[in-house]
Amino acid sequence: MITADHLLLLSVVLFSIGVLGVLTRRNAIIIFMSIELMLNAANLNFVAFSRLGRVPDLTGQTFATFIICVAAGEVAIGLAIIIALFRNKETVQVDELNLLRW
Amino acid sequence: MGSEVVFGLLAAVTVAGAVGVITRKNPVHSALLLIATLMSVAGIYVLLEAEFLAAVQVLVYAGGVMVLFLFVIMLVDLAQRGQDAAPARRISKGAVAAGVVLTLLFLCVLLSTFAMEPLGATSAGGEALRAGGGNLGSVALVMFRYYLLPFELASVLLLVAMVGAIVLGRFKL
Repeated sequence: MITADHLLLLSVVLFSIGVLGVLTRRNAIIIFMSIELMLNAANLNFVAFSRLGRVPDLTGQTFATFIICVAAGEVAIGLAIIIALFRNKETVQVDELNLLRW
Repeated sequence: MGSEVVFGLLAAVTVAGAVGVITRKNPVHSALLLIATLMSVAGIYVLLEAEFLAAVQVLVYAGGVMVLFLFVIMLVDLAQRGQDAAPARRISKGAVAAGVVLTLLFLCVLLSTFAMEPLGATSAGGEALRAGGGNLGSVALVMFRYYLLPFELASVLLLVAMVGAIVLGRFKL
């Protein structure tokens, strides 16, 4: 029987993999993909609670839809920023972008 | 019984794909593995009777977002390949931080108790979920009855994102 604990643990693992990716990779595009992993983990939690909570309710699925929408906007802007960055600095490695570092 | 096996398979593909995303050297491989992860998350949504969300996941993420990712990888990343060897110190620091996050969240899940309605059970709440003409109809009811303003705001947000992406991509900054 699938309980919410299974789904929550899967979501925890997915989120931690995303955190690991953001912290260890240097390629800005891969960092973006890791952020997508974390957003998906959050979505999984919303759907799990929507279906398996004490009072099943579709609000969770509605919120997951909004999160997907926000993620799509975030990806569009983020990738445009990466392209602008590449035009100006010829790199997408995040530790070579240290203009604002003190 | 069948749904447990399917869930196990989908969860394994999800985690394996996610690990591949952050370990592959080639960003194109990472993108393809991310598609596998997103697809199996969509399968889990189907398992949880969220068919609308599964369709949106496949269309928006695996379709739109990943095509955008692949485009940018092709535009930007061809010259960058093989430069992504992070120093071992940084990897170990990141692993420690991610491990702390993992442990804390694991403890949160294990120490909390949620009263669960199991999948496929015929309770009053589950019946109410399935009432308004399937998942799509029910989601539409909730979204347009209770969340109309956030829905419209989301469309404004998408418009702003589109204009912003065009401006950022078009002009030399």
